[in-house]
Amino acid sequence: MALKIVKGSIDRMFDKNLQDLVRGIRNHKEDEAKYISTCIDEIKQELKQDNIAVKANAVCKLTYMLGYDVSWAAFNIVEVMSSSKFTYKRIGYLAASQCFHESTDVIMLTTNQIRKDLSSPNQYDTGVALTGLSCFVTPDLARDLANDIMTLMSHTKPYIRKKAVLIMYKVFLKYPESLRPAFPRLKEKLEDPDPGVQSAAVNVICELARRNPKNYLSLAPLFFKLMTSSTNNWVLIKIIKLFGALTPLEPRLGKKLIEPLTNLIHSTSAMSLLYECVNTVIAVLISLSSGMPNHSASIQLCVQKLRILIEDSDQNLKYLGLLAMSKILKTHPKSVQSHKDLILQCLDDKDESIRLRALDLLYGMVSKKNLMEIVKKLMLHVDKAEGTTYRDELLTKIIDICSQSNYQYITNFEWYISILVELTRLEGTRHGHLIASQMLDVAIRVKAIRVFAVAQMATLLDNAHLLTGSMQRNGICEVLYAAAWICGEFSEHLENPLQTLEAMLRPKVATLPGHIQAVYVQNAAKLFATVLKSQEGNTDSTTAQETSQLMIDRLPLFVQSANLEVQERASCILQLVKYIQKLQQKDVEVAEEVIALFAGELNPVAPKAQKKVPVPEGLDLDAWINEPPSESESEDEQPKAIFAKEEPKHSRPRHTEVDEKELARRREARKQEQANNPFYIKASPSSQKVYQDAPGVEHIPVVQIDLSVPLKVPGLPMSDQYVKLEEERRQKERAEKKKKEKKKRKEKRSGRGKKHDSGPESEEDITPAHMVDIVTEEMPENALPSDDDDKDPNDPHKALDIDLDKPLADSEKLPVRSHRAAEAPKSPAEDGDAESAATQEPKKKSGKEKREKKKDKDRDRKEPVVQSEETSEVAAPPTSTTAEVSDLDFWLSNAPVPSNTQ
Amino acid sequence: MGGTSGLVKGGGRWLISPEGNAVLIFKMQFMLLFSRQGKLRLQKWYVPLSDKEKKKITRELVQTVLARKPKMCSFLEWRDLKIVYKRYASLYFCCAIEDQDNELITLEIIHRYVELLDKYFGSVCELDIIFNFEKAYFILDEFLLGGEAQETSKKNVLKAIEQADLLQEPRHEYFNVPVY
Repeated sequence: MALKIVKGSIDRMFDKNLQDLVRGIRNHKEDEAKYISTCIDEIKQELKQDNIAVKANAVCKLTYMLGYDVSWAAFNIVEVMSSSKFTYKRIGYLAASQCFHESTDVIMLTTNQIRKDLSSPNQYDTGVALTGLSCFVTPDLARDLANDIMTLMSHTKPYIRKKAVLIMYKVFLKYPESLRPAFPRLKEKLEDPDPGVQSAAVNVICELARRNPKNYLSLAPLFFKLMTSSTNNWVLIKIIKLFGALTPLEPRLGKKLIEPLTNLIHSTSAMSLLYECVNTVIAVLISLSSGMPNHSASIQLCVQKLRILIEDSDQNLKYLGLLAMSKILKTHPKSVQSHKDLILQCLDDKDESIRLRALDLLYGMVSKKNLMEIVKKLMLHVDKAEGTTYRDELLTKIIDICSQSNYQYITNFEWYISILVELTRLEGTRHGHLIASQMLDVAIRVKAIRVFAVAQMATLLDNAHLLTGSMQRNGICEVLYAAAWICGEFSEHLENPLQTLEAMLRPKVATLPGHIQAVYVQNAAKLFATVLKSQEGNTDSTTAQETSQLMIDRLPLFVQSANLEVQERASCILQLVKYIQKLQQKDVEVAEEVIALFAGELNPVAPKAQKKVPVPEGLDLDAWINEPPSESESEDEQPKAIFAKEEPKHSRPRHTEVDEKELARRREARKQEQANNPFYIKASPSSQKVYQDAPGVEHIPVVQIDLSVPLKVPGLPMSDQYVKLEEERRQKERAEKKKKEKKKRKEKRSGRGKKHDSGPESEEDITPAHMVDIVTEEMPENALPSDDDDKDPNDPHKALDIDLDKPLADSEKLPVRSHRAAEAPKSPAEDGDAESAATQEPKKKSGKEKREKKKDKDRDRKEPVVQSEETSEVAAPPTSTTAEVSDLDFWLSNAPVPSNTQ
Repeated sequence: MGGTSGLVKGGGRWLISPEGNAVLIFKMQFMLLFSRQGKLRLQKWYVPLSDKEKKKITRELVQTVLARKPKMCSFLEWRDLKIVYKRYASLYFCCAIEDQDNELITLEIIHRYVELLDKYFGSVCELDIIFNFEKAYFILDEFLLGGEAQETSKKNVLKAIEQADLLQEPRHEYFNVPVY
């Protein structure tokens, strides 16, 4: 009876096979978790059975349960792995490869089972074990089985050989000591008669060499031969990638490579191979950089091929083409620039990732000639762009492009200012501060533009309500900070200072963020001074008094501000104006004195200026002025120092010895400090609920509300107008130039007298409409963001180099360790090399002969190269690595000879 | 600063070995198959990661890839890896490769795998992979080993699978062709 029940339950469980489970899960979509937990309970029951078929079935079901923790079944998996039946073994290994990881403790129980399977007469047993091992090999397994796997590399069946070769890489990683003893045999497999095994060996050695190229330099001739003979694209790609890694170590190799690579570029129809070749040629040319007379031809070829990729309708090729193009751009900007149209077209692409790639490229492509055109195109995209991220990306790129290398490519700053003003109309951008800093920078540094800038800024202030709307809901109000400062500082250029003053004292201003209000108040005072000056000259003294009254009426609003900075400035200025008013009532002229408050010009100071101050002779900056303070005083306290006096004492000596790290650390600290500092102008206004109510209102373009207002925010038509003006100017210049050439007269400066700024003519191709007044000596680091861009991509590669060297370099020095004396050479390095080389030789030759026959038919041109290799290789095997290196020299130095004699 | 972040976060590219050495791991990092609805159908990890990490990566990637529009290119940069994906009918095939690896050859690998599945099942559909997931794994394992293509000939892969199938117990009906 009891037996019957047990049997019945077995049958029932047998019934629920994998398909039932899958179907069950699909039918229980609403209570999947519950269903699965009952299934898992059943599986647990099944695993307790002695019947291996039931167990295997249960394990198979577990494997299906992706994402559920099945580590509790690890031991049962091992049981199924150990089954003698292939059906179950296969399932066991699959389950193990999916579920085991290095910390699975039952793995150590598997060593002997795996060893048994590896040496099974059935190649599929061995294959399954190797596949499984590739997924869960641990350092222990690698150490214990390295020798077995190495033996399998010489198995009679290619099916096993290729798996064994591939898995060796994993073994090397887990057990680096195995690399030396196994390497000779691995190298041998490069010439295995079976193409699958050969490509496996190429794969493994290429992967090894990519990480540690210098150890594999001596294999270059061998790989070169493979490259010129192989027709397998997968193998070729690997080898070419390997050469890309070797070339920086051996520039002569690069010269040798260019020809076969360009041949491949011309001949191949496989895009993946073409792309790899182009990338490697670029890398090779970059590492060669000099000493290649005809490398512009190769670059041209690459650019040409990349153009084809970019023009392709396949988005993938387009993307990769742009990606590779940006690599060329770094070293050969000119070759890329001629494809500007194509890149600009990519901005219209539907795919955002392609557009972003194109944007990156544009940054490097601008010149004086095309800047306006490119930016105009970008501005159109800003209008069209959907989604703030891409729009913000565009905005920063426009500013990056224009401001790069100290505004090198800007010929007309009126145009640039109007672009900046146009950008202020972007709703919801995070980059208000960026636009603001550009406005400030240009207004301060380009003196010729101040009149124009001030006029624009005054209009901006007048229309401030358009920018901020009813709420200051976006970062764009930061530009008002710049506008207020520029109008105040350069108020002498204002056409109607009183109007601007009124605009700055509107009650609405009180809704702006504190730091902006503070600037408003301070600059209102500057404006006030200017207004007084102009009014006191008049006969009617009441106007001046009215202006004072305006200040006195409006300032109390700011005195009540919760922001300390605003409050303090406002109350100071209020008192000042009250005093001025008193004097005015006594008919005293005050304008001169008020103006004196703000006398003197504020010049921009270079970020490095402080560092460049020469230390006076005889001054020892490291000497203590007072007794050294206690140890606890650290730099962290420095920001707390309130009094300016303390600063030089602490910071100066340090300036002399700052290194990169220290700078980075300080920058970080400064950021931190700024973030905590309520008075610092932050990137985005912190105290606002900026984005919360944005979605609803975002779609309403602010400009439209403005349509009825007569005084418009200078907008889109403006910058276009300047593009036209600029074009006219350039044409005029050109015409003038021709005239001059004809007349051969030197009246260059005749145009300068004209009133309009954009009208100077000169002899150069394109001359800037304004002279950029760069604070010369101390302004080298202005383009900081671009500097950082350059550094970033390099860093990971550096880390890659160093970190990877470690495990293998150690293994190089370690004594060879092996398990069965018969197999692996226990002798030190050189013996091992020689031994294996001796066994290698006959095989190699036969392989070579075959290949050579093929060669003869293929290309006569290559033949001499192959021969020279052969001679070098015959000499190579019996010698040690040093000899191989000198061989490499021979091979490299001989290389050009045969191709020349052709 | 940006260069080392992957190491700390375990982005999949670097691993810290027990000895504390940073070890760079093998080529293709992992392959995921998931449906348009975001259901994971197959996962093959060529890097040893914890289950938690795997789940996190899967969730993140499935979301990212599904959010892409159909006209977009098949590549995206993700953490410090490159993701190559392609959609076949209702299934997304998604691979992670390293920075220097070739995107186009990875697409070819994906395509080759789909071809293999197609040949084996006879015009494969998502249900084939659901109900015979172990076969899909076996095929993948014959095609790729440790993230590296081990066999470029379709014929050889299929031959190996068929011969291995022949070794299976014939009476073991539930691993054979499904009825659904």
